Amino acid sequence: MSNGWFAGLDPDDDAAAVEQIEAGRAETPEDWPQQAVEAGFADDEAAYYDRLHEVTMAATSTAVAEREGADDQQLVHAVRAMADCERTANELAERVAEWGGSRHGDSGSGVEYARSLADRTDEDEGDTALRALAEQTAELADEADSLRAYIERTAPAVAPNLSMLAGPVLAARLISLAGGLEALAKKPSGTVQVLGAEDALFAHLKGNAPSPKHGVIFTHEYVRGTRREDRGSAARAFAGKLSIAARIDHYSGDRRPDLQAELDERIERIQARAEEGDE
Amino acid sequence: MTLPTGVERHDFDGETSLATQGQPVYGERTDGDWRRWDPHRSKLGAMLEQGMDTGLEGGETVLYLGAAAGTTVSHVADFGGPTYAVEFAPRPVRELLDAAESRRNLFPLLKDARKPESYAHVVEPVDVVVQDVATRGQARVATLNKQFLTDDGRLLAAIKARSEDVTADPDAVFDSVRTELSAEYELLETARLDPFHEDHLGIVARPRED
Repeated sequence: MSNGWFAGLDPDDDAAAVEQIEAGRAETPEDWPQQAVEAGFADDEAAYYDRLHEVTMAATSTAVAEREGADDQQLVHAVRAMADCERTANELAERVAEWGGSRHGDSGSGVEYARSLADRTDEDEGDTALRALAEQTAELADEADSLRAYIERTAPAVAPNLSMLAGPVLAARLISLAGGLEALAKKPSGTVQVLGAEDALFAHLKGNAPSPKHGVIFTHEYVRGTRREDRGSAARAFAGKLSIAARIDHYSGDRRPDLQAELDERIERIQARAEEGDE
Repeated sequence: MTLPTGVERHDFDGETSLATQGQPVYGERTDGDWRRWDPHRSKLGAMLEQGMDTGLEGGETVLYLGAAAGTTVSHVADFGGPTYAVEFAPRPVRELLDAAESRRNLFPLLKDARKPESYAHVVEPVDVVVQDVATRGQARVATLNKQFLTDDGRLLAAIKARSEDVTADPDAVFDSVRTELSAEYELLETARLDPFHEDHLGIVARPRED
C-alpha cells in the first residue's frame, strides 16, 4: 500500500510537510483526505484541504525558488572548472605516460594509462612517486566527470530549451563563452555561430583568412555530422535555433518542444543535399 | 449544451462570454464578481464554447495537467471542487501561485506530468483529468495519468498537433493520438478547436475498465 504525504507527520510541522510534498512518492493515488482524517492528521476533510492548500503553496514556492536559483553564473563556473580539470588531467596523463615509459617500457597514453599505473604495486621509491602522480591524474579526471554530471543536472533548470537543443554541456559552454544567459540571449545568431572561434574570426577580420563557419557548436552532431560543404548551412541553422532558445529561456522560461522538431527538420533537409548531389 | 454550475454566459459591456466567479488572474474583463473566460486563451474554454459535451456539472474533483500560469485552472477552481494543478516549468508557476492564493481549493504542484508517481502521494482519485501539456507524447501522458480517474471519470484533453510533429499534417497526428488513446480510453467526442486554437484537438474520453 502507498503512503500519503502526511504519513507519520506531526500535523503542525511545516518544514517536514513541505519536504514530503516535494520529495514524497506513491505508486497509486488513494483517498488521501479520508485516510488523513482516519489517521487523525486532520479533524475533517475541510480541515485537511485547508492544510493541503497551505503546504502545497509553501512547497511549490520553495521548489520554484530552488529551481530558479540554479543560476547561470553557477553553471559558468562549473563548466570552466570542468574544462580546467579535463585539460590538466590530459596534460598530467602525458607526463605520466612519458615517465612510465622510461621505467616500465609498456608505455600507453592518456588518462586510462594513468589509471592502470595507479593500480600497480610499488617496487622502489620511483614507483611510489610515479604512482602518486598517476593517482592524482585519475582523480582529476574523475573530478571532471563529476562536474560534467553536475552540469547535466543543472543546465536544464537554467536553460531548458537551450539544453534540449544543444545538450546540457554545450549549452553551458555557450553560456560561459557569452558570459551569461542574458548576454547570450542578446547576441545575434551569427555571433552564437562562431562563439569559441574568436581567433579564426579575428584572423578573418584582419583580412588574411576565410570566415569561420562554426565555433564551439562544432562539437554537436548536427554540425559535425553534416558533410563539409553543407556545414556552414547546418551551423547557421543550428545557431539560429539556439539563439531563439536562449531568448525564450532568458525572457520567458517556457518549454517549447516545437523548437526541437523544427530544428530536426531543417537539419534533415540540409543533410539530404548530400544525397541529392550524388544523383 | 448545459454549462457546469458556476459557469455562465455573462454580459460584459454588450459582449456575451463564458464567465466564472472569482478573483481576476490575468487581466481578464470583470463585472462585479464575474470574470470573463476567454476561449481564445483557454482550451477548455474553447471546448465549452464549441458545445462539446464535457460532462462537467460543477463541484468536481479535478486533476489539471499543464496548468502553466493558471489561466484556465483558475476558472476550473472557481466552479470545481478540490483542484490539483500540476505544472513543470518554474517560471509560470510563480503566477499560478498568485492565482491559487485566493482559491483555497486550488493546490499547485511543481511536478512533471510524465511522472505521476511523484504526485500520487498528494493527489486523490478525481472525477476529471484536464490535460493541456505541450510536449511530445501527449497520448502517453493521458495513459500514465489514467490511474487518477475514478471509473466514471472524464478525461478532457486538448491535443496540440505541433507538439507531436511540426512537419506532419495535423489530421495524421490526431489520428495517431486517437488510436493510441483508444487502448486505454473510450473516446466519447473529439472536435477541432478552431478558430480559437489552431491545430488543436479537443477530446472527451472515459477510462476503459482494466
